[in-house]
Amino acid sequence: MKNFLGIFTLTALLLGFQLNSYAAEKVEYLKTDWSFKGLFGKFDRAALQRGYQVYTEVCSSCHSMQYLSYRNLAEKGGPEFSEAQAKAIAASFEVKDGPNADGDMFTRPGKLSDKFVMPYENVKAAQAANGGAYPPDMSVLVKARGGGVDYIYSLLQGYEDPPAGVKLDEGVYYNKYMYGNKIKMSNQLSDGLVEYGDGTNATVEQMSKDVTTFLMWAAEPHLESRHKMGFKAIVYLIILTVLVYFSMKRIWSRIETEV
Amino acid sequence: MSDHQYTPKSKFGKWFNDRLPLLTLANHLTDYPTPKNLNYWWTFGGILTFCLITQIVTGLVLAMHYIAHADMAFDSVEHIMRDVNYGWLIRYIHANGASMFFLAVYIHIFRSLFYGSYKAPREIIWIIGIIIYLLMMAAAFMGYVLPWGQMSFWGATVITNLFSAIPLVGEGIVTWLWGGYSVDNPTLTRFFTLHYLIPFLILGLVVLHIWALHVPGNNNPVGIDIQKPSKDTVPFHPYIVIKDGFALLMFMIVFAFFVFYTPNILGHADNYIEANPLVTPAHIVPEWYLLPFYAILRSVPDKLLGVIAMLSAIFILAALPWLDTSKIRSAVFRPLYRQFYWILVADVLILGYVGAMPAEGLYLLIARVATAYYFLHFLVILPILGFKEKTLPIPLSITEPILGGSPNLAAAKNKESLDIK
Repeated sequence: MKNFLGIFTLTALLLGFQLNSYAAEKVEYLKTDWSFKGLFGKFDRAALQRGYQVYTEVCSSCHSMQYLSYRNLAEKGGPEFSEAQAKAIAASFEVKDGPNADGDMFTRPGKLSDKFVMPYENVKAAQAANGGAYPPDMSVLVKARGGGVDYIYSLLQGYEDPPAGVKLDEGVYYNKYMYGNKIKMSNQLSDGLVEYGDGTNATVEQMSKDVTTFLMWAAEPHLESRHKMGFKAIVYLIILTVLVYFSMKRIWSRIETEV
Repeated sequence: MSDHQYTPKSKFGKWFNDRLPLLTLANHLTDYPTPKNLNYWWTFGGILTFCLITQIVTGLVLAMHYIAHADMAFDSVEHIMRDVNYGWLIRYIHANGASMFFLAVYIHIFRSLFYGSYKAPREIIWIIGIIIYLLMMAAAFMGYVLPWGQMSFWGATVITNLFSAIPLVGEGIVTWLWGGYSVDNPTLTRFFTLHYLIPFLILGLVVLHIWALHVPGNNNPVGIDIQKPSKDTVPFHPYIVIKDGFALLMFMIVFAFFVFYTPNILGHADNYIEANPLVTPAHIVPEWYLLPFYAILRSVPDKLLGVIAMLSAIFILAALPWLDTSKIRSAVFRPLYRQFYWILVADVLILGYVGAMPAEGLYLLIARVATAYYFLHFLVILPILGFKEKTLPIPLSITEPILGGSPNLAAAKNKESLDIK
C-alpha cells in the first residue's frame, strides 16, 4: 500500500502543477455560494427561472444563445418551466421559416423545437450594431472564460470609474474584472431593472447571480444528472475496489509474499 | 514463451488448436510466469491497455455524431454535449481519458527509468514503447484540434508551422500538411482521418509490445534475471490479474472524479470559443502532457534548432538502452543513479510548469537551464555513472530478500521505502 501513497502524491503533484499553471492571471473574484457546486450540486430552480427572465429582458437584445432550444426550458434539470409555459415563451417569439410552397420565407410564432431566436442575422450585423465588438454567444460562455461563473458574476458587478490616468475611448467602459480592464459592454444592470414574478428583490447582486446560474445551466444542461451519476459511479467503484482488495489478499495469501 | 507443451482437453479443442493455436495462446497468457515481487508501479501496463480500449470505444461513438467540417465541427460537439443520449458522458470520458492515458504512460515510463526495464534484453520492448508514445502524442494533438475551438485552431497552426523550420522545403511541407494556405477545412478532415487511424496503429504496436515482453518476461523491482517458472514467479492468472484489477479500480475512481466533477479542468477555456482565424488567443498553450516538450521548443532562440531540440528530447529516449552504461538495472542498488533519477523527475515537472508560462524573463531562463539539464542527464550523467558508480551488492534471487537471510535485505527494504515517498 505504501506504493499507492507514492502514486497518489505524484498524481496530486502533477495535477497541482497543471492547475497552478492555468491559473496564471489571478484576480480576486467576488464570491457567492453556488448551489450547483459540490458532489450533490443542483441548480436552484427559481434562480434559473429568474435568470432566464434577466437573459430575455436584458442580455438577449445583443447576445445570442444559438445552441439552446425553447424545449430545453421545460427539460428536467433545467429551469423546468411547465410545458405550457415553455410553449408560451416560444410562441412569444417570431421565427423566420420557409420557404413555403410559393417559395417565400415567412414568419410564424416559435415552437418548442425552435432554437433561441438570435438578436442579429449574423456576426457582422452584431458587430455593426455594437461599435465593432461582437457580443459573444452565451450558450457556453461560462466554460469559455477562465474564471467561469465567478468571473461572469464579478464582471457584471465590476463596473467602476476608471482610475486617474486611464483614458477610455468612446464606447469603452472600465471594469475591474475584465481582462485588460476595458470592456465594450456598458453596465447593464441596475437595481430594480427587472421585476421578478416571485417577488424577489431585483438587486444588481441578485440579478448577477441569477443570470450567471442560468448561463451555467445553458453551458452544462446535464450537470445535475452528471453529479447524480458520478456519485453512484464512484460509490460503486469504491465498494468494488474494497471487495477486489480482499479477494486479492485472499488469493495472494496462498504464497508467502506481500501484496 | 512457456516451455511446456499445451494440449487442449476436448477433442474439438485439440482439432481447432492444431489448426489455429488460439488455445495455446490463451494458456500462455494465463500461465505466463510473472515475478512475484512486482509492485504497484507495474500495474500501469494493464491500466494503459484499459485507457486505449476506452479511448477507442468512446471515440467510435463520438465519430458517429461528430462532423469533420470547419463550419460544423464546433456545433456538432455541442450537439453531442446536449442532444445525444449520454453524449456528454462519452465526450467527457474521451477528453479526460486522453489526460488519464498520458498520466498513466508517464508513470509507466518513469517506472521503466527507475527499474532499468529498458536494458538488455528488453531494448525492443522499450523502443516499441517510445514509438507508441510518439503516436499517442500525435493522436492526442490531432484529437484536440477536432472540436475546432480557438486552442484547437491555434494549436494546430503553431505545431504545423514548426515544419516550416525545415530549410528549403519547409514552407512547401506546411502547405502540403494543411492542404491549403492556412489551417482550414482540409486540415481538419485529414486530422480527423488520422486521429481515427492512429489508435489502431497503437493497438497493433501494443500487441508487439506485449509479445516482445513475453519473450524475456517482466523485469522486476530487484532487477535481476530470474528462472521462469520458479518459486520466484507466479502465474499471471489469478495473481497478477487480480492485482492489476485492484489498481485499475483505484485508477478508475480518480478518472471518474474528473469525468463527473471537474470535466473541464484539464482543458483550456478558450476551446469553448469557436475557432476564429482573425483572433489570436493571448497565450497559446498545448495540453498539459505536451508542456515539457513545448518548454524545450521555446527555450531555444532559433526555430529550427528549437524543433530539433524538441524532437531530440523524445528520440534520445530510444537510445537510452545504450546511453545507460550500468550493468545493474534497478535503481534500488544504484545509490547515485537514484538521486539523479529524482532530479530528472523534478526537471521534467519544472519544464512542464514553465511550458505553461509565457516564454520571457525568469521563466525563459529556468526553461533553458532545465532543458540543458535534461540533455545533460541522458548524454553525460548516465554514460559516466555506469562506470563511476559504486553499486550495492545485488541479491541472487527474488525470494532471497523476501525470505530473509540475505545481507542485502535490510538495505534493499530501507531503500525501497525511501524511494516510494
